[in-house]
Amino acid sequence: MRKTGAQILIDALIREKVKVLFGYPGGVVIPIFDVLYDTKELTFILTRHEQAAAHAADGYARATGEVGVCLATSGPGATNLVTGIATAFLDSIPMVAITGQVASPLLGTDAFQEADIVGISRPITKHNYLVKTIDELPLLLKQAFHIARTGRPGPVLVDIPIDVSRAVLDDYHYPESASIRSYRPNVVGHTRQIKRAAEAINTAKKPLIFAGGGIILSGAHGKLLELAEKTNIPVTTTLMGLGGFPGTHPLFIGMPGMHGSKTANFALQECDLLISVGARFDDRVTGYVAKFAPNALIIHLDIDPAAISKIIKVDIPVVGDAKNILTSLNPMVKPRAADAWNDQIKEWRGGQLFTFTDSTTEIKPQQVISTLYRITGGEAIIATEVGQHQMWTAQYYVFDKPRRLLTSGGLGTMGFGMPAAMGAAMSHPGIPVIDIAGDGSIQMNIQELATLSLNRIPVKIVILNNSYLGMVRQWQELFYHKRYSSTCLRGGSLCQECVGTGECKKPYIPDFIDLARSYGIAAFRVETPDQVEQTLRDGLAVDGPALMEFIVAREENVFPMVPAGRPIDEILEGS
Amino acid sequence: MSTHTISLLVENHSGALSRIAGLFSSRGYNISSLTVAETDDATVSRMTIIVSGEEEILEQIVKQLNRLIDVIKVIDFANEEAIEREMLLVIVDTSKSNRHEIIELGTIFGARIAAVAPTSITIEIMGTRRHLDDFVAMIKPYGIKEIVRSGTIALAQSRK
Repeated sequence: MRKTGAQILIDALIREKVKVLFGYPGGVVIPIFDVLYDTKELTFILTRHEQAAAHAADGYARATGEVGVCLATSGPGATNLVTGIATAFLDSIPMVAITGQVASPLLGTDAFQEADIVGISRPITKHNYLVKTIDELPLLLKQAFHIARTGRPGPVLVDIPIDVSRAVLDDYHYPESASIRSYRPNVVGHTRQIKRAAEAINTAKKPLIFAGGGIILSGAHGKLLELAEKTNIPVTTTLMGLGGFPGTHPLFIGMPGMHGSKTANFALQECDLLISVGARFDDRVTGYVAKFAPNALIIHLDIDPAAISKIIKVDIPVVGDAKNILTSLNPMVKPRAADAWNDQIKEWRGGQLFTFTDSTTEIKPQQVISTLYRITGGEAIIATEVGQHQMWTAQYYVFDKPRRLLTSGGLGTMGFGMPAAMGAAMSHPGIPVIDIAGDGSIQMNIQELATLSLNRIPVKIVILNNSYLGMVRQWQELFYHKRYSSTCLRGGSLCQECVGTGECKKPYIPDFIDLARSYGIAAFRVETPDQVEQTLRDGLAVDGPALMEFIVAREENVFPMVPAGRPIDEILEGS
Repeated sequence: MSTHTISLLVENHSGALSRIAGLFSSRGYNISSLTVAETDDATVSRMTIIVSGEEEILEQIVKQLNRLIDVIKVIDFANEEAIEREMLLVIVDTSKSNRHEIIELGTIFGARIAAVAPTSITIEIMGTRRHLDDFVAMIKPYGIKEIVRSGTIALAQSRK
């Protein structure tokens, strides 16, 4: 079949079952957009910034498990993708980023809108390609999708010079397979290691399951539940693992780490066997590593051999896909009745995993999230930005199912949530898609209100407005003598006018309600606790996108909190 | 601190070297020696890297090297016996009176004279890194005009 490079690209996307493509045009991708003009098989969403296109592709991938795809032009278009690609890389999200590039003869000449995006993106992609000739284009596209979705998933970038997009290949056919001699991820765990793991589980007195994002990526949630219920072993999941185990299950003890539950942190410090499944021992989880899980034998199930013993020394490593390994492991473990260890956990746990002091005079941010959880019955896809609201979401919205929480765990990217929610909504999940945001984060990709509005993408935005970059302010309060340097968003840079008065008379800029309305989006502002529930209901009932702004207690802190670098049982608790 | 000699078989195309070097530089580790050339298969290059650092971090880097799509095989000679060789070319200041002495020194080290000029002599020598270090120490007092070392190449010792 005779096709141009641009036609080959779009044909490949269709054959890879890509349904939505997020992107932004520019000089060297005009041939590709020209083909898109007549393409009916996939939907193209024009964002207002390339970064949002990358996050939207990422959000789509997190919500569906399919590869998310974004498209940008060369130079600034490509560099604007960088934060989105890095976000996907740190959370192992399957993504293919397509960038246009200046014509091959101009490469390396500082041509107009030229940037070496292959060089720039090398440390933040699983792999990347500069396509040199049209002959290699079909195979490289096949390989890009294969690499992105297999093994430990991740983003792959394909950089296509405009002369390749314009060139014609006479005998095009899309390859059936993408055999790569140097890439054969090991998906089946070593039998002897699985046996060793089973023996350790069968003899442990105080075992604990510690599950991460790998559970969700491999679709192992069913097998994890089976293992936990068979053995009565309590389960903690990382932020990335939330929803990988039912949050309402009696064996669930919350997420661990810096803002984790006391129960999870105490259990980690006390357990004699830690069964880590698809988690990578992030520093926000381990705290001071040398004092992390000091009494435990450690089993580590991970698809990435490089994750084994990267942070803590592992006793029984099993390399492979979590679902495969658990499928082999589960029949080998003996049923275990709840015992004194379970009682101890119950005692630590008490009633709720997380608690806050509610108020009748001001809106507590935790209250907004709890109410949202209650009225959606947990049946929503929740995206977050990054900061206090993200931690409160992890604490107070309970996730029973995988792929319901879309959050930037590894890179911690503010501005991620709204475009990610947009991507998720484009998969038509049949349940509400809600972005929980802070007033700081939402402004980092606020331009996407236009994309939501014009395409009637039904994302609901909940802004918890405390007029601060709250998480940084919290650290300044606790560790920097309340010197709120550049964290108040009411004043200008380094404003100190309210010091000592506690009162700021300045209006908040922007007025989110007027702003949303100027984009043609329904908007609601709430200033008193008694209106919280009704406004959430009204906002969720809007047909199309809606924005709800909650003016919340300004200096509410996220607790519990383990100060950075401290052992995770040194917990600060709020009043 | 420990020193590792790492041998890699990699895809012979652009970008591979940069990805590999990036794993070391992102840790702030300096590669002390690096050689790359095609093997008998033109699509495969062999790379030999010598690097010093914390033992655990080097082990981690080796795992991460294995993970790169362009890397076909990684051999860490920390765990295997290897035959290592390096080549050195050096131009040494000479005068009529000491030329003979320098040549004799070279002979002791198994070096060859590559070129002779009125006030200098070019010596080539091959051997282990240690052997070359020793030779450089001996020749230095005569005055080194220019020196180049190839970097180490290494192969696992065959027992068959």
